[in-house]
Amino acid sequence: MSPAGFSRRGLLGGSGALLVGVAGGFAGGRAVTSGDAETAAEAASYAFRGEHQAGIVTPAQDRLHFAALDVTTDSREELVALLQEWTEAAERMTRGEDAGPEGAVGGSYLLPPDDTGEAIGLPPGGLTITFGLGPGLFRDAEGRDRFGLADRQPEALRDLPHFPGDVLDPRRSGGDLCIQACAQDPQVAVHAVRNLVRIGFGRVSVRWSQLGFGRTSSTSTSQATPRNLFGFKDGTANVKAEEPEALAEHVWVGPGDDPAAGWLAGGTYLAARRTNMTIEVWDRQPLGEQEAFIGRTKGTGAPLSGGSEHTEPDFEMPGSNGTTVIAPDAHVRVVHPDAHGGARMLRRGYNFVDGSDDLGGLDAGLFFIAFVRDPATGFIPVQNAMAKNDALMEYLRFTGSALFAVPPGVGEGEFVAQALFA
Amino acid sequence: MRNLLVHTVISRPLAAALVVALPALAACTESTESSATGADSRTVTVTSSEEACEVSDVEAPSGTLRFDVTNAGSQVTEFYLLADDGLRIVAEIENIGPQATRQLVTSVPAGSYRTACKPGMSGEGIRAAFTVTDSGEERDVSADEQELVDAALAGYQAYVEDQSAQLLEKTARFVALYEAGEDDEARALYPVARTHWERIETVAESFGDLDPRMDLREADLEPGQEWTGWHRIEKDLWPARAEDYTALTPRQRSTYAQDLLANTETLDAQIQGLEFTVDQIANGSRGLLEEVATGKVTGEEEYWSRTDLYDFQANVDGARVGFEGVQPIVAEKDPELAETLEDRFEALQDLLDEHRSGDGFVAYDELGTEEVKALADAVNALSEPLSRLTAAVLA
Repeated sequence: MSPAGFSRRGLLGGSGALLVGVAGGFAGGRAVTSGDAETAAEAASYAFRGEHQAGIVTPAQDRLHFAALDVTTDSREELVALLQEWTEAAERMTRGEDAGPEGAVGGSYLLPPDDTGEAIGLPPGGLTITFGLGPGLFRDAEGRDRFGLADRQPEALRDLPHFPGDVLDPRRSGGDLCIQACAQDPQVAVHAVRNLVRIGFGRVSVRWSQLGFGRTSSTSTSQATPRNLFGFKDGTANVKAEEPEALAEHVWVGPGDDPAAGWLAGGTYLAARRTNMTIEVWDRQPLGEQEAFIGRTKGTGAPLSGGSEHTEPDFEMPGSNGTTVIAPDAHVRVVHPDAHGGARMLRRGYNFVDGSDDLGGLDAGLFFIAFVRDPATGFIPVQNAMAKNDALMEYLRFTGSALFAVPPGVGEGEFVAQALFA
Repeated sequence: MRNLLVHTVISRPLAAALVVALPALAACTESTESSATGADSRTVTVTSSEEACEVSDVEAPSGTLRFDVTNAGSQVTEFYLLADDGLRIVAEIENIGPQATRQLVTSVPAGSYRTACKPGMSGEGIRAAFTVTDSGEERDVSADEQELVDAALAGYQAYVEDQSAQLLEKTARFVALYEAGEDDEARALYPVARTHWERIETVAESFGDLDPRMDLREADLEPGQEWTGWHRIEKDLWPARAEDYTALTPRQRSTYAQDLLANTETLDAQIQGLEFTVDQIANGSRGLLEEVATGKVTGEEEYWSRTDLYDFQANVDGARVGFEGVQPIVAEKDPELAETLEDRFEALQDLLDEHRSGDGFVAYDELGTEEVKALADAVNALSEPLSRLTAAVLA
């Protein structure tokens, strides 16, 4: 048996015929090349290492497993060892290999396998694994320096403030570390988180996790805008991978942004908000009202001021009833960059349905994820405005909330967040 | 009956299991590249069919050898490496199904041996001579290690016997109190007596007929099955969570009490004189932590009395004793694992100690969600490295 374990794909017995490798800038790893089949937005696999972490501008995959964890060890060495082990395992899994060198079936009969095995036979599925660091990694609840990292805590990395309309469940909020695993196949995403959590036992404890399906935004111009559970196109105005200048301005932390946190340059902040939708109530709203709440048509996603999906909304356009065509409290207006000094964010949320609640209603909504250069300007004001003014708020309840700093990409021979510990 | 799927400790009759003590120490079946292998001369391929046992080499250098055994026949086969006398088993793999390949990795000193395939699992098998030449690399399976093993086996055997004896003694007192209607005293003794059961639970559970009669929970009853044993009495002593519960009559009490006592006597008789292998001890340690993870930390075990933390502690006690018995072996073979296990046993114990009350523990209901979570985290933290214990002991 091969000492190096084997690629899950290897089990399929095929060479490259299964998958189509694409996506120029993204597939730096070993995206499978089978020649010239059609170009899709999604690559078969994405390189784990690079200038930025994968899973941010990577064309949003269809499935998500997001986990927030608390660090349970007091040892800086153990924390570093964990990040090193995670780096290795994540790189393997994004290549479509097993989490550990022995693999799901390659190891000793006397040992639990170092991969859990449910992804045997599955392709890499465009898996990306993105790691983030929460404020609690730097200081505990009493403000104490946990790992000698306190003086390197980014100024902006604080617990998000309480917003109007928040009914936060502490069991769905916060965390010292996060893992965002996105893939085309839910089993691949779940496999990734499960194996990373397992590697972490004794050093981390899962605080909460969230499954998502049906991306609710596009991060590439090659992708069509998807729909959220309200049935509307979501993320039309998202920052896209093809806009390097906008990314530099709104997403990537610059080298001079935070003198204490130079290690975060090239990284970003991840704001996560679990947003429950009162689906059944929404579904009883007349179409006209639904569109008025959003400020776009349900069919094409065009702004109510006219045009097509990507036409800029005209917020001044007068309407027949003495007000504007796009209502003052329409979602598209409240969160529009024009209302926030031009601030934009890279949204990467997912729909979720966690079964039904006690009353038989869907426990469902949008697991909102946004990447921003500075949450203080790029996220918090927008969330505040939405909470105060947005017509949609009547149908939304925010049940989870967390903020993480996402270190820059991992270079060859490095581990995740290495610069923080240097 | 519960945990049939998860606990693998001593899953077959002990009488059969204990004879293989020594071979099990020297060899283990695995399919990984062991650190000592690497040169092809150390890998021997074996093809077993109905008529033949084709061994790729007639000799190999001493040290760690790997046999890749493929069953090309249509019957289940076995492969043995036998000493020159053709009797003593140096290493073996059983249950190789048709078309299956299994690996056997074993450390073999220089000398003359015989290989044997046994298609159909009966008879002499198809034998051939096999020579192991002196490579200068062979590990001395030293007298020291054998001493450590012997000490571990003797210590564990004594521990199990002692716990069983204490279980019997306290159970006798418990059932007497219960039959006499001394309910307060019986309630006080219940978790204390059960501690001795829980400390050796993986051994006690290996008696497949006794375990359900003694330790079945109401939730696990099959339709038509009569409910007897500890938890039947537990419900009668703590009926508060039951709806419309009718207390047992003195006559019924006596029936259940005497049944429990008789079963405990039978168990004790069967346990006295039991012998173990080191892998059984190591597996038992892991199995006890599984008991904690699946039944105790969840508060399912003592549904009526809420004394789950006593059981929790007792399972941890048993696991720790098992680990400590083999600890000198592990410390030699995988010092890092030994250290991790010591630290995590200690961390879990510290956490448990926070919930002590008097001579025992607070009721499970008094734990908050966060406290249960912290215990579960500590159990996970210990259980992951513990799952590598058996392999380390046998390495």
